[in-house]
Amino acid sequence: MDVELRHIHKWFGAVHANDDISLRVRAGTIHGLLGENGAGKSTLAKILSGYITRDSGEIILDGRLVDIRTPTDAIRAGIGMLHQDPLDFPPLTVLENFMLGQAGRRLWLDQRGARRMLASLAERFHFMLNPEAHVSELTVGERQQLEMLRLLALGARVLILDEPTTGISAEQKTLLFAALRQLAEEGKAIIFVSHKLEDIEALCDEVTVLRHGRVVGTVALPCPAEKLVAMMFGKVLAEPSKPHTTQDDIAFELHDAVIRTELFDLHIAHLAVHRGEVIGLAGLEGSGQQAFLAACAGVERLARGTLRINGQDMTHRPYRDYLAAGVCYVPADRLRDGLIPGLTIREHVALRAPRGFFVDRTYTQQLAEAAIRTFNIRGTPESRVEQLSGGNQQRTQLALMPSPLSVLFMEHPTRGLDIESTLWVWQQLIARCQQGTAIVFASSDLDEVLRYSDRVLVFSGGRVSPPLSTTALTVDQLGHMIGGKF
Amino acid sequence: MSSEQILIVLATAIASATPLVFAVIGETISERAGVINLSAEGTIMFCAMVGFAAALATGSVWLGFIAAAVVGALIALIVAFNAITLRQSQIAVGFVLALLFSDLSSFLGVPIVRIPGPTVPAFPLPLLSELPIVGRLLFSSDVVVYASYVLIVLTWVFFYRTRAGLTLRAIGEQPNAAFARGADVVRLRYLYTLIGGALMGIAGAAFSLDFKAGWSFRHTGGYGWIALAIVIFGGWNPLRAAFGAYLFGVLQSLASVAQDQFQGVPTQVLNVAPFALMIVFLVFTSAGWLDRLLMHAPAKVRRRVLQALHTAPPAALGKPFVQD
Repeated sequence: MDVELRHIHKWFGAVHANDDISLRVRAGTIHGLLGENGAGKSTLAKILSGYITRDSGEIILDGRLVDIRTPTDAIRAGIGMLHQDPLDFPPLTVLENFMLGQAGRRLWLDQRGARRMLASLAERFHFMLNPEAHVSELTVGERQQLEMLRLLALGARVLILDEPTTGISAEQKTLLFAALRQLAEEGKAIIFVSHKLEDIEALCDEVTVLRHGRVVGTVALPCPAEKLVAMMFGKVLAEPSKPHTTQDDIAFELHDAVIRTELFDLHIAHLAVHRGEVIGLAGLEGSGQQAFLAACAGVERLARGTLRINGQDMTHRPYRDYLAAGVCYVPADRLRDGLIPGLTIREHVALRAPRGFFVDRTYTQQLAEAAIRTFNIRGTPESRVEQLSGGNQQRTQLALMPSPLSVLFMEHPTRGLDIESTLWVWQQLIARCQQGTAIVFASSDLDEVLRYSDRVLVFSGGRVSPPLSTTALTVDQLGHMIGGKF
Repeated sequence: MSSEQILIVLATAIASATPLVFAVIGETISERAGVINLSAEGTIMFCAMVGFAAALATGSVWLGFIAAAVVGALIALIVAFNAITLRQSQIAVGFVLALLFSDLSSFLGVPIVRIPGPTVPAFPLPLLSELPIVGRLLFSSDVVVYASYVLIVLTWVFFYRTRAGLTLRAIGEQPNAAFARGADVVRLRYLYTLIGGALMGIAGAAFSLDFKAGWSFRHTGGYGWIALAIVIFGGWNPLRAAFGAYLFGVLQSLASVAQDQFQGVPTQVLNVAPFALMIVFLVFTSAGWLDRLLMHAPAKVRRRVLQALHTAPPAALGKPFVQD
């Protein structure tokens, strides 16, 4: 199905999220929608799929004007969208999720028919989905596969994917891309929303770049990366380089440790992290990286073993002792574990103020303003954190980190951030290393792990590898090890 | 205890659990749709009074049940309007209604206190009631009790085998995702809250017209609160919730047997014991305690046990649906 958008406008309060956007996607092609966070990509995708109602503009499918106001309208017109956070039902089974919302008027659930349909669709794209598994047990990638099959079963001829490669494994990404190419060959139109240049380059036939709610231009691929970056940001960006910052003394040490997760026990014979060193944790999501970081940062208890920070035994000490020793933990779920939704940036700053019964308004205001300036946060001291974009939330978390800092534990430091914010975050982290902070971070982006780490721990199949130097390591080797070949 | 005594304890348990079954299933339906009807205590008590009064006035117990169901649904309508349309706190509204209607039942029920009235006639099921043991236990009571069996099974079938039941579970989990799949979240939440309220009303009438026939001051005191607890114990599953109701019934009928055995113990202690034991059960099945208890068990065993026992409330329980 050919899709055409004409002069789409959407306002959120005073923000012009989509400013006169016109776009054309031909059937049988994969069309990229590229732009940094807040460029208006997701808004446009949601308008086309009925989750947001446009203020003005026309949607034309196969030359016919259609009015899409709800997701039901969209799916009836043949448009389905995969959301960045899958819009599904975690406690229900795969099969139940698949059946929910399928057409039909009968009273009883047709489990047998649905199971057959799911199996045949899954086979077409080489997806492995157990219909009896609960969605809460699935990885993001598998939930995405399920949602895609569900939309296809509903007869979707246009598929919109919003940041689909965030949080999925390299293998799942290969599978996803193959499936999307297959769908395009069958004549479906695919709209691929992403801020990741390399994904767009690897997959799309054409790309439309958005900036500040407007179309910068549409180009056919392949096209030089510098040109796309320049279109995205209106300027050329430079990658920060990682200097050698490792010092001799040890900041953090684990001895004969056992870390308990819900599924397995992780054993670490010995690990010593030096001041200024960066350790990357690689592995499929849920391989124990999160439990490892939480235990090292003192949030969870070690089941066995000893833990030293700056030579001092910290095993089983309360979390506040870890904080006092200069440990900081930055979790992946920014709004659940990191920041406090409902509180403003100023209130977050005030919470960190060490003593005093009353909140000193002027003082915290000054601190918050200074943090906003230094960390380039797009917001005011009175912005509530949940109103900030992902990049600005991460900047706020970095702004709240204490100084000096001995060891920093981070999960997915740049997940969901655009290129500019990603580079900026690493600039800040490298600056910390130069001051002697040791950083241990987990990431599902192998390039990120290799580029910024001095040494890598690979998590696979309930085990942790010994630390490996990154100087002689390639992405391919790392990928194999994640597959379980130490 | 002799086998005869055990049989009596179990038979009493089933009789005393029957009103609770209606209440627990009603609340389960409502909460599965995402609305907590915290007014259970008030609804059950008030509807017990209304049901008895209506039966007394009309001479028909069935009209009493219908009146109770209608009033129960009307109280649920207040909850639904506040929770769904006005998006107010379901806890606050439900709590106030619980207090209001339990007091109102005492106030309006004064004229009918301790008056003999109609009760549901016994109706042993032909053939089935002649079965050994099971016949006496399950099939020798009345239509209300049989209806509660049917309700448990029907609710389970509805939840897990019908399209509408799947949608019901969906709107209580992720209303936004359910809306995206074409469910009319607001209308369905109203519908299920009213059905839940009607069942709680029937629970009230099942007290005043059947199990504890008649009306007196605070006739059903405590049953609404225990029903809310049993819904949690039952993990929002109709079979497990019904099991919880019967378990409470057993505890209660054991307590009354114990009264004869332990003459020295004040009756108040034994009357309250089932409530306290229920709390112990609830605490024990909550995952936090179990986690600590299983801390040193092998990972595989731990995972199995937790999976079997751990239940989570519907993710959107108590949260208003705001379409974005």
